[in-house]
Amino acid sequence: MKSLRKQLDKIKPQFQKGGKFEKLHSTFDAFETFLFVPDKTTLQGSHIRDSIDMKRTMSIVVASVIPALLFGIWNVGYQHYLSLGQTAGFWNNILYGLGKVLPIIIVSYVTGLAIEFIFAQIRHHEVNEGFLVTGMLIPLIVPPDIPLWMVAVATAFAVIIGKEVFGGTGMNILNPALTARAFLFFAYPAFMSGEKVWISDKADGFSGATPLAEAAAGIDTGSVHFTHSFMDMFCGFIPGSIGETSVIAILIGAVILAFTGVGSLRIMISVVLGGIFMGGLLNLVAVNAFMEVPFYYHLVIGGFAFGAIFMATDPVTAAQTSTGKIIYGFLIGVFAVLIRVLNPAYPEGMMLAILLMNVFAPLIDNYVVEANIKRRLKRMKPVKA
Amino acid sequence: MNKIVKIKKGLDIPLVGHAEKVFKNLDSTNFAVKPTDFIGVIPKLLVKEGDEVKAGTHLFFNKYQERILFTSPVSGKVTEIRRGEKRLLEEIRIESDDKNSCVDFGAADPEKISREEIVEKLINSGIWPLIRQRPYAIIANLDHTPKAVHISAFDTAPLAPDYDFIVNGQGEHFQTGIDVLSKLSNGKVNLNISDKTKAKEFLSARNVILNSFSGPHPAGNVGVQIHHIDPINKGDIVWVIDVQSVITIGRLFRQGKYDSSVIVALTGSEVIKPQYFKTRRGASISNMVDNNVKEGDLRYISGNVLTGTQIRADNYLGIYDSMVTVIPEGNYHEFLGWALPGFGKYSTSRTFFSWLTPNKKYALNTNLNGGNRAFVMTGEFEKVFPMDIYPLQLIKAIMYEDIDLMENLGIYEVEPEDFALCEFVDTSKTEIQGIIRKGLELMRKEMS
Repeated sequence: MKSLRKQLDKIKPQFQKGGKFEKLHSTFDAFETFLFVPDKTTLQGSHIRDSIDMKRTMSIVVASVIPALLFGIWNVGYQHYLSLGQTAGFWNNILYGLGKVLPIIIVSYVTGLAIEFIFAQIRHHEVNEGFLVTGMLIPLIVPPDIPLWMVAVATAFAVIIGKEVFGGTGMNILNPALTARAFLFFAYPAFMSGEKVWISDKADGFSGATPLAEAAAGIDTGSVHFTHSFMDMFCGFIPGSIGETSVIAILIGAVILAFTGVGSLRIMISVVLGGIFMGGLLNLVAVNAFMEVPFYYHLVIGGFAFGAIFMATDPVTAAQTSTGKIIYGFLIGVFAVLIRVLNPAYPEGMMLAILLMNVFAPLIDNYVVEANIKRRLKRMKPVKA
Repeated sequence: MNKIVKIKKGLDIPLVGHAEKVFKNLDSTNFAVKPTDFIGVIPKLLVKEGDEVKAGTHLFFNKYQERILFTSPVSGKVTEIRRGEKRLLEEIRIESDDKNSCVDFGAADPEKISREEIVEKLINSGIWPLIRQRPYAIIANLDHTPKAVHISAFDTAPLAPDYDFIVNGQGEHFQTGIDVLSKLSNGKVNLNISDKTKAKEFLSARNVILNSFSGPHPAGNVGVQIHHIDPINKGDIVWVIDVQSVITIGRLFRQGKYDSSVIVALTGSEVIKPQYFKTRRGASISNMVDNNVKEGDLRYISGNVLTGTQIRADNYLGIYDSMVTVIPEGNYHEFLGWALPGFGKYSTSRTFFSWLTPNKKYALNTNLNGGNRAFVMTGEFEKVFPMDIYPLQLIKAIMYEDIDLMENLGIYEVEPEDFALCEFVDTSKTEIQGIIRKGLELMRKEMS
């Protein structure tokens, strides 16, 4: 590796101020720090630092979504062949899935990173690692047949409007990946809902409804009929967005996030409890078939599990105080189920619930911090008296 | 004794290089007083190069509070007055003549003289600057009577010296020092001890309120202790002083002289023989570290690895420091360092596989281990910050200079060292202690 280091040191001056490629400084820096942890040492304050940095943190998050991604790739193929009435075997499923999913991932990363690099250069910042996660999450929350140009447009929208206008990673209010999803949902509803989109190149006669859609249909028909068993939904053998179907794969990610300390277990549990609470409450006062769907179904259908583990826990857009995180998570769970059941025009209540609570997270924190301020002021009174 | 205050949040960073409990006399001839050790002091010199001084001879005073004087720790000759950038007075170097002749300030029984006389004696001998105040973590203001005095009798910082060992045999001086402080504060001296201490000097101290603490670092930080016993509200003044400075005060009143003797621990992974040294304040560390450190590019720190000051190998002890730490510099590139499994990389998170070896001790270097980023992670600081204060919110309030919010969020209760662990664990590699100091200076200007 010494020769590589030497090469880098040799070309480095050209990318620094006054060099030939000064305009590409951030780009060079991004690649250099990707290859080598910088030789920067502490100048003031603590002389030693924890080994963790943003690259490590973000790569852990990416690692945690890999199980969901791999399952998603397989499931895209599996659902496709199932709809055709064929059994294709494990590797054929994977191959077909790869053909669908890989291009989406590539488009998402290329679009997003290009924009990130440009903004970093304009701002004279280092390139932020945040998009490594966003770029992986976007493909997992879209249907397998989504046109690639839509992925590009949505990603650009999410990175520019969702993040960079607020000042970049760490400053954004809304979760960028969900911003992309919401953009697609409202701009191209035909590609993001209905029965046709969830199975890639589905045979026409085959019902491609997701369990969520089946549940919503129960409002009109008077009873909910699920094609799939609860166990199928839990394992993920159902149509849906690429990465959201398998609760098992998502739970593996949850364990990685919670164990390493990168994702907030507090938020994950609060979201689930919120969903159970609202689902249970609706069961008790049920007046239609959707409301009667047992509360635990809500945890395994649609994007609930994926959102709870990978979206709600985004530290930038979540509440930042410990107490705030509990309130924030709980309300996400409550609203997700509430929107699903009471407003079937928006089947994906999880996305909207998280975006809504993203907006309210600073307010929740504000009340938590105000309480601390009040405690401090109260402490003063006996001294004065 | 009161009940034990249990500190639960915090972190003991497992470093190698604890000092072995043996003494060695350090024969230093080179000493210096560093005006930069004293926050907010603008020095006005009273000596010039070539002057003969005794231990206790006035060297300079504070331009903004002229009564506060700073004195020589040894007798000898002023060899150099060293200035840095913009003529900043960095060091007043003194070569010891080994005679140790002292200015006589007169011994006195603190019980029998007035508070004013005590203050006068402390100022004249140059010992007053060893007493610091909260808020702002600066030299105590002469015009105030504090709400209380707090002495932390243990240090939980990485590789910190053992005060039970240091205080051993100095009980009389320590007690006299406490009596002096008791008179200054109308009897409200808090001696904050570790629940594990066995030192009779602490346990049987008179004239004090004993408070006992347990738990990981920063349980030994006086700021954390004050927060849990009797928090500082707006308008409160609390004085803090370390154990060795209490002993110095005791010696002044028992012997009538400024005896600057201190015991210093030499620690760190790069020290061949880490141990304790008997020396004087401001001594050059060169005799400690010469032929006693390993090969390589090293960082010398006066103080501990979290809060200490970087010095050169021939530089001098900081006035408030009881330890010297030597660790390796981390000024090298590491290929794909962030992506490796990281069996040997210490982290409080479990993002590196070092969680498999929880009892391993480390020789950490000074590499920042990453690039500076905006705050992204949350909840990290709270795990190592045992106060009812929201650290991230306070840091941000300082960054956008909202004075009212800083006050409301508890800036009066903190000093940079309380945030050292936050800085250590921070994924974003922000210079948090620097931000806190900036906030304190901003408040001080605003309130004066």
